[in-house]
Amino acid sequence: MLWLYVLLWPLLGIKPEGLEFAASTAIWAKVAVVSAILLALWQLKGRGVFDFASRPAQALSQALGKATGRVATWIWLVLVFAGAVVFPLVTERYAHDVAISVLVYICLGLGLNVVVGMAGLLDLGYIAFYGVGAYTYALLSVHFGLSFWLCLPIAGAFSACAGCIIGYPTLRMRGDYLAIVTLGFGEIVRIVLNNWMSLTHGPNGILGIKPPGAYWWQDGHIEHIWLGSLEQFYYVILGLAVCTIVAVHRLNHSRIGRAFEAVREDQTAAELMGVNTLGIKLLAYSLGAIFGGLAGAFFAARMRFVSPESFTFIESAMVLAMVVLGGMGSIPGVILGALALIALPEIFRGFELYRMFVFGGVMAMMMLFRPKGLWPAKRMGVRSEERD
Amino acid sequence: MAPAFHKAQHVEVFLQQLVNGITLGGVYALVALGYTMVYGIIQLINFAHGEIFAAGGYMGVILISWMVAQGYPPFVCLGVALVLAMGYCALLAMAVEKLVYKPLRSSSRLSVLLSALGMSIFLQNGLMLTQGVYDRAYPGEMVQGGFEIGGAVVSYMQVVIVGITVALLVGLNALVFKTRVGKAMRATAQDKTMSALVGINASRIISLTFAIGAALACAAGIMVGMYYGSVRYDMGFVLGVKAFSAAVLGGIGNITGAMLGGLIIGMIEVFAAGYISSEYKDVFAFIILIGVLYFMPTGIMGENVDDTRV
Repeated sequence: MLWLYVLLWPLLGIKPEGLEFAASTAIWAKVAVVSAILLALWQLKGRGVFDFASRPAQALSQALGKATGRVATWIWLVLVFAGAVVFPLVTERYAHDVAISVLVYICLGLGLNVVVGMAGLLDLGYIAFYGVGAYTYALLSVHFGLSFWLCLPIAGAFSACAGCIIGYPTLRMRGDYLAIVTLGFGEIVRIVLNNWMSLTHGPNGILGIKPPGAYWWQDGHIEHIWLGSLEQFYYVILGLAVCTIVAVHRLNHSRIGRAFEAVREDQTAAELMGVNTLGIKLLAYSLGAIFGGLAGAFFAARMRFVSPESFTFIESAMVLAMVVLGGMGSIPGVILGALALIALPEIFRGFELYRMFVFGGVMAMMMLFRPKGLWPAKRMGVRSEERD
Repeated sequence: MAPAFHKAQHVEVFLQQLVNGITLGGVYALVALGYTMVYGIIQLINFAHGEIFAAGGYMGVILISWMVAQGYPPFVCLGVALVLAMGYCALLAMAVEKLVYKPLRSSSRLSVLLSALGMSIFLQNGLMLTQGVYDRAYPGEMVQGGFEIGGAVVSYMQVVIVGITVALLVGLNALVFKTRVGKAMRATAQDKTMSALVGINASRIISLTFAIGAALACAAGIMVGMYYGSVRYDMGFVLGVKAFSAAVLGGIGNITGAMLGGLIIGMIEVFAAGYISSEYKDVFAFIILIGVLYFMPTGIMGENVDDTRV
């Protein structure tokens, strides 16, 4: 295994600028050092050097598990929710910004989770639904002046239609082809958004989108205000995210959720048992797309500006990385994945350039070492041999 | 007088597009071969293949720039750069395979696909980090000028590109259909288990397949770089998807099919860009991909995958 590293690193590193090695070797040297350390740790762990620490650590985590297991789940949820509500009051503006990003990506991740994690359809063009939702609200707001709350379901409906359109040709395709076709669709949507000048203003984007409005107490009486501050946006997206989490959770524990799992595990067997496989797959696309569309509408409202650059394949890959990293099909996993992939890089702001680079490497390594993700999903159905 | 002039212009434009289409088609064919051979042998869409193409382009720029600065004549530069860069890309692809794809050979298809995607992002961003986000240009002294055939301008660059492409394709054909190694490759693509039982070292053949595919993509990368004058870190992505469309169009796993598919996609793209719309030219390849997979998933010449593994 070690000689492989020797083979790979010098090769990837020999990319000089006009045969000077300076900048690129510096980068590859850093990467090589980090991975050498990780590899060394891995080998040491395999040889049991860390056993003196791991056994008490294991005992500790088991004890903690038992202690926390005694507290009912809903208490944890209430605590987390209370923490989320109080969050803006105790942190400053930068943290609000990051938190809004995290929540938007949680919505996106949960939507993709419905398609990839629950139904097992590898969708590489998910960002198209995000874009459809965003542009729907943008166009409706700019041309017709409709309010955000009215446009939210409309954006969801448009995204669901887009989901059906994109999903329909892929219904009978093999898994690999599904991935690349959805990738193609994502790119088609982006290119169309970029070039249809009369409708979407192309690369110039759409300006002047109205933020959400609300009725609130202002100077003693209820009047209409525009929600402009980051804290207000945070509460809007928090509400949206909570609705998404609840919706996806209920979906998971419903008949449709079980149908998704059946189609994911073995499509032929599901068809034989009477599950309408094609209809379920279409439903998966549409439902997943709805969450993406809602998040997109919020994105348009928050940024007050949309352009096709926000809806590239890289974004799609990032949302997919979140779902994969967190655990496909698992709701807390996706939330964890979103936190890891959005909040962590903010802490390591200096390494901004390396972000996607590390993501790519992490995604490949995850498949090698922990394909089930950080917080694996629990199966909905019970296998007959596990039951008794 | 005037109507005849217009008619001649139409013919000129058509011939020009034809020449451009053949050139582009050859490039797509080279990259498509890498996708098709790998899919035929291990049923994996090698997303990282597009990045190997880009890496080859960069390698070519670097080597050729350096050699031209040293004063070697252009053709010598090109030849040496081709050989060296192809060797480098072959090693790169084999390293990726040994490191990431081989351990996952018994995992689910989804895992391998996701790891391929991860490697694609990894390599693309690696290129961006080490080479910068801006285009890197080829030196201007490379092959210039051209000649005319029936009103269409054929540049010497295009002749060189088509020549190299044809030579590589003929070479590959000879390798796959006329040598023992080629027979081993075809056998492994047809049925991995049985070919292992008759004594073919499947792992070695798989590595060889990756290496050959990467070498071809590298050559394509160098030629695209020379043709357009510069290379970018993200030139592999879109071209990769188009080349995969070409592979699927021709029948995945089918080598002749990939060559044909590449040519067709190249032609369609050039003609559509010329006659219909040039902004949406990328869309045509994607539409063809979706259409082929929906209406005719086995492609024009029929697919050639190992269907013994469920």
